[in-house]
Amino acid sequence: MEAKVKTTSTTYRGAVRQAIRQALLDDERVFIMGEDVGMYGGCFAVTKGLIDEFGPDRVRDTPLSESSFVGAGIGAALTGMRPIVEIMTVNFSMLALDQILNTAATLLHMSGGQFNVPLVIRTTSGGGKQLAAQHSHALEGWYAHIPGIKVLSPATMEDAYGMLKPALEDPDPVFIFENSLLYNSTGELLSHPESVDIDKAKIRREGRDITIITYSISLLKSLEAAKELAKEGIEVEVIDLRTLRPLDDDTYLQSIAKTHRALIVDEGWRSGSISSEIATRIMENAFYELDWPVQRICREEVPIPYAKHLEEAALPQTKQIIEKVKEMVNAHG
Amino acid sequence: MVEFKMPSLGADMKAGTLIEWRVGEGDYVEKGDVIAEVETEKGAIEIEVFEEGQVTKLISKPGESLPVGTVMAVIGSGVDSEAEAISKRDRETVVAADGVKTEHKGNGYKTAETEDIPKRRVRSSPLARRLAEEYGIDISEVQGSGPNQAVQKADVERVYRERMKEREEAKKEADKDREEEKYAEKAAPAGQQVDEKKDSMRHAIAAAMSRSNREIPHYYLQKQINFERAQQWLIEENKRRSVQDRLLQPVLLVKAVAQALTDVPALNGFWINDRYQPGESIHIGFAISLRTGGLVIPAIHDADLKSIDEIMQSMKDLSDRARTGKLRSSELTDATITITNLGDRGVDLVHGVIYPPQLALVGFGRVEERPWAENGMLGIKPILTTTLAADHRATDGRQGAQFLEKLNQYLQEVELL
Repeated sequence: MEAKVKTTSTTYRGAVRQAIRQALLDDERVFIMGEDVGMYGGCFAVTKGLIDEFGPDRVRDTPLSESSFVGAGIGAALTGMRPIVEIMTVNFSMLALDQILNTAATLLHMSGGQFNVPLVIRTTSGGGKQLAAQHSHALEGWYAHIPGIKVLSPATMEDAYGMLKPALEDPDPVFIFENSLLYNSTGELLSHPESVDIDKAKIRREGRDITIITYSISLLKSLEAAKELAKEGIEVEVIDLRTLRPLDDDTYLQSIAKTHRALIVDEGWRSGSISSEIATRIMENAFYELDWPVQRICREEVPIPYAKHLEEAALPQTKQIIEKVKEMVNAHG
Repeated sequence: MVEFKMPSLGADMKAGTLIEWRVGEGDYVEKGDVIAEVETEKGAIEIEVFEEGQVTKLISKPGESLPVGTVMAVIGSGVDSEAEAISKRDRETVVAADGVKTEHKGNGYKTAETEDIPKRRVRSSPLARRLAEEYGIDISEVQGSGPNQAVQKADVERVYRERMKEREEAKKEADKDREEEKYAEKAAPAGQQVDEKKDSMRHAIAAAMSRSNREIPHYYLQKQINFERAQQWLIEENKRRSVQDRLLQPVLLVKAVAQALTDVPALNGFWINDRYQPGESIHIGFAISLRTGGLVIPAIHDADLKSIDEIMQSMKDLSDRARTGKLRSSELTDATITITNLGDRGVDLVHGVIYPPQLALVGFGRVEERPWAENGMLGIKPILTTTLAADHRATDGRQGAQFLEKLNQYLQEVELL
C-alpha cells in the first residue's frame, strides 16, 4: 500500500517564504536583498522573520534605487554569490531595466562566454488591487521578450515553493513573477516539498473540448471557469505555462492536437504580447489541428483604471472566459 | 489545365462505359460541345464539356467502365499538368473502386461547370480541410456549421459517417441483388435472355424510387382545373399554324408550371445534406416513357425564360432523342422539378414519386368532361386533375397550395404565357 503523502496547509506567501528560508539554509552563497525585505519583513510580508533567523548580512535592506541594487546583485552573482534580489513590484523594475536587459541578460554573450550571471530576481506583478495605472502592470510578457533570461510565473503552492531552487541553480539570470493577489491564496504543500521542473508547462486540468493556455493568476480564473463549464458538459483542458521564457511549446501543441481549439488567457496587454507569441507558434506548428481560430482574452489596452468596476472590466475575468469557451465549443448547436 | 471527369448523371449512377470519343487529341472544344458518348443505365448519353480549350490528352479508352469522377481527359495545355492529372486519376479511381460514393450537388456537372466561374471559396477550419483530404471528401460539398458556415471537423466527420453508411447499404443492396440474380437465373427458362440494358435502367429507376420513398416525406395536394379556356386557345392558335408548328397540350402545362415556380420558388430545387438548396434556374424534367420500357426524364432548360414555341421545339427534340438514346448529359442531370403527364394514358390523376434530390413532382391526369358548378350554374367543362407531390422537409402545404393556385391562374390565361 502506498504511504499517505503528508501535506500541510499554507498560503502562497508562506510557500515562497519557506523556499527562501530553505535556500538560505542550504547554500551559504544565497542571500536576499531589496527594499524593506529586512526590518519591515517585506512589502508583502514574504520575508517576515527571516532577518531574525539569518541576520542583516543575508537579508539586506537596500536604498530605494532599483538600478543600483539590481546592479549590485549582478556584481555579487558574478563574484560567486547566489543573490535573490527582490524588486517590490514589476512597476519599479523599469528603473532597473538597463541592468536587467543590458547587463544581466547580455553579459555572458559580451564576455565571450566567460561571465555568466546566476542572479534571481523576484518581483510582484498584476492588477486587481485598485492601485491604478502606474502600479498595476503585468509585464511578464515583456521580459519574456529578452533572450538571456528565464521568466517564471508560479501560480500554485508547489511552484511558489519549488521554482526558487532550480532558479538559483540556473547559471543565468532568472526572473520570478509572483502575482500579489496570489499571496493570500491557500492550498496544500508537501510537508517536505521538492523543487519542480521549470522547463515544462503543466496540464492543471484535463479536457477534450478546448485548450486554455494561461499562467499566473489567470490560471486560477481559468480553472474556475473550467469547473463551471464542466457542469454543462464542456471539458476544458487548462495548461499552466509556468515558464514564459523559454516556452514549452510541446505541451500546449500536443493538447491542441487533442482538442483542436485554443484560447489564451493572459493578464498582459494584447499587442506584441506573450499571447501573440503563443498564438503565432500555434499557427506555425499546429495550423492543421485547428478547428477554430485561436482566441485570446487579455487585459484591455488601456492604462488600468483606479475605479473598482472599471478595473474589473479591464482585466480578464472568469465570466469572460466561460462565455468565450462556450462560443468556441458550441458552434455545432 | 482542366480534368474532364466521368460525370454523375443521376444520384444513383456509379459508373459509365465509354462508347466513343467524339473529339480527338488536339481538337479545340467549347462549352457545350459533345466530347464523348457514354453508355449508362439510362442508355447511351452524349456527354458535354463545360470547359473551353484544347484536348491535350484522352486518357480513357472506349469500352472501359469508369467510376463516376474518373478523369477521362485533360483539356488545356502543358505537359507537366498532364502527368499530374493522370496520377490524380489513379488516386480517384481507387477511391471510387472502394465504393465510396461521390455525392453531388444536384448533379455531377455543376461542380465542373462552376470551375469556369471563380470557384466558391470554401470557408473551413484547417483541421476540417486536412480531414476532408484524408477521408477523400471534397470539402466544397460539405455544409459548414461554424461561424459564417465555415466547415469544421464535426461537419466533415458527419459527411464521412453518412458515406460510410451509404457504402454499407450499397454493399448490402449489392449482396441482395446478387442473391436475387441467382434466383432469377434459376427461375428463368434456359435460353431466355434478359435484355440487359432494360434491366439496368429498371435497376436505376428502382434505386431512385426506393430512395425517394425511403427518405422523402411526401405530401400530396390535388386541384381540378377548368381547362376550357386553355383548350379553346390551343384550338384557335393551332388553326392559324401550319401542321408542323402546331402546339401540343403538354407545352402549356410545362410553361404554366415554370411560370408558377417563379411565384413559388420554394418548390424548385433540391434537398441535399439535410438542407434546401434553391435551383438556380428552372429546368423542368419531363418524364418520357420509352416504348422499350422504362422512362427517362430529360430537362427542358430555363423553361420560364423560353417562349411556348421554344418549349415545343425542346420537347419535340427531347422526345425524339430520348427514344433514339441520344440524350445529352446535362439534360439528364439538372432538372429542378419533374412533370409527369399520364393523361394521354387515360388516368384521372397521378400521385407521383419525387425524383431525388428534387423537391416536387407535378402530375397531370387526362382532360375529361365533367359537370362543373360555377357562379351558381352547372355546366359541362373539360377538367384537368392536377396533383402535386412535394417534399415536406422543404415546403409545407401552404406553399404547395399557392403553387397549384398559381398554376390554375396561368392556365386560365394561357394567351399571356
